[in-house]
Amino acid sequence: MSNRNWRQEFPQIKNGLVYLDSAAMSLKPQRVIDAIDHYYQDLSVNIHRGLYPTGVEATDLYEQTREDVASYINADFEEIVFTRGTTASLNLVASSYGLQNLKEGDEIIVSELEHHSSYLPWFEVAKKTKSVIRFVPLTKVGRISVENFKKVLSDNTKVVALTYVSNVMGFITPLKEIIQLAHSKGAITVIDGAQALPHLKVDVKDLDLDFLAFSAHKMLGPTGVGILYGKKELLDQMNPIEFGGDMNDDVTLTEATYKDTPYKFEAGTMPVAGFIAFRDTIEYFNRYSIKEIESYCMELYAYAIEKLNTIEGIEIYNPNTDTAIISFNLKNVPPHDAVTYYADKNICMRAGQHCAKLVTRFLGIQSCLRVSFYLYNNKEDIDRFVETTKEAILFFKNMGF
Amino acid sequence: MANLENLYREVIMEHYKNPRNKGLIDDPSYHTKHIKNPSCGDDVTIQSKCNDGIVEDCRFEGSGCSICCASASVLTETMIGKKVETAEAIANNYLRMVSNESIDPDIDLEEAEVFAGVRLFPARIKCASISWKAFLDTIKK
Repeated sequence: MSNRNWRQEFPQIKNGLVYLDSAAMSLKPQRVIDAIDHYYQDLSVNIHRGLYPTGVEATDLYEQTREDVASYINADFEEIVFTRGTTASLNLVASSYGLQNLKEGDEIIVSELEHHSSYLPWFEVAKKTKSVIRFVPLTKVGRISVENFKKVLSDNTKVVALTYVSNVMGFITPLKEIIQLAHSKGAITVIDGAQALPHLKVDVKDLDLDFLAFSAHKMLGPTGVGILYGKKELLDQMNPIEFGGDMNDDVTLTEATYKDTPYKFEAGTMPVAGFIAFRDTIEYFNRYSIKEIESYCMELYAYAIEKLNTIEGIEIYNPNTDTAIISFNLKNVPPHDAVTYYADKNICMRAGQHCAKLVTRFLGIQSCLRVSFYLYNNKEDIDRFVETTKEAILFFKNMGF
Repeated sequence: MANLENLYREVIMEHYKNPRNKGLIDDPSYHTKHIKNPSCGDDVTIQSKCNDGIVEDCRFEGSGCSICCASASVLTETMIGKKVETAEAIANNYLRMVSNESIDPDIDLEEAEVFAGVRLFPARIKCASISWKAFLDTIKK
């Protein structure tokens, strides 16, 4: 087990808290909190407007984040659109690119592993444009495979909207081959990277991605901060879906023109503090290397799964996962009953459908428990989780479940 | 731990395992309300039939956690035979109890009182409430 000092950088970990819900929301390191404080304490002014020192500093910091995000994923500066989160990024592509380009009979490929944010925007586009949704058939264990992707790819495919890492199963989609195949049919790819960026280094040029959406709050950053990467030529063709301040170029009584990519998509005042602090998150990943973080998370996962496998009375739905997520249930115990037991022991985890009802449907369950490990977790967290699992099984058995 | 044991009182477990008045009736004189908690998967349908100001029948169907299912079962038993206004007052008092708000001590919650333990688990208020809220909807129609 690696001997890292990551944990002490997270002030939320105190009073015996065991936080195992990072797939929903990561904790924040002190440096990110400090960056937010700096903005509110010392600047607290708008960007792109104020021609005074604090206004200039705020604008510089905000745009520096765009530059750092671009270089982190190997994109160009203009290809980084700031949004409210992955959901907003995916909706922007669907409502702009999707409604502008799709027509009756066109096909959109999605999968049952999609988070509702990756599925519903395209579901609505399909309804409005009379295009057709096609699901990649999942493999027996619930993976998206290249082979199965080929079964639904056709000359009518115009959009391929897939998750990079499943938020319930933790499986990594073989994107490189899928994107090449999609491009061979002239389709564009819209990738939900919300669960991928916290675990994988993503190079948009290497993958030849058309669109990639992700959120700061799952990768140690602030809430309300999202990124849409789009190839410049695609973003240039797209109309804004929100209109207002900052995004316009010139406004007269009869005409309006809009700024260039990416600013035409950023109407109104953005969460400036959050975007400024997101730069510190990116710096964090640059400093520690995501590979090192991920291999530590997988060490924790291996430690946990070995112990869980020896316990009678639990059912695990994603054995052999690729990222540090375990979806499971205690046998005969509804997950909301189980999660209350863990919560009572100050262990935070998720119970429910994880905004991915198509996945729970695929698994043939109504809902499940989910734990996810991140760099601030340690072996003691896993020990407490495993011990509590054993106690919970006994408790619910005694209660008559 | 005492709180947790109090949450899963024997009566609750008994209703969870042997639910009363379960299964819907296809009869237009029943009012039906379907209610879901999409974040956790609780999914309940409540039916009631009122005649001459009396709740003649009350039924449920659904799935979810033990608190959700047991509270639906207890609801049906509590409500059958009550005057509609009494039923409404009991339901409102129950909803206040599980939300840890002040209750009217003169309204007898009968067996439903076993859900008092829910008030110490704010995350579970919804589980205990949805059937009772659905019931209120059915008698308002």
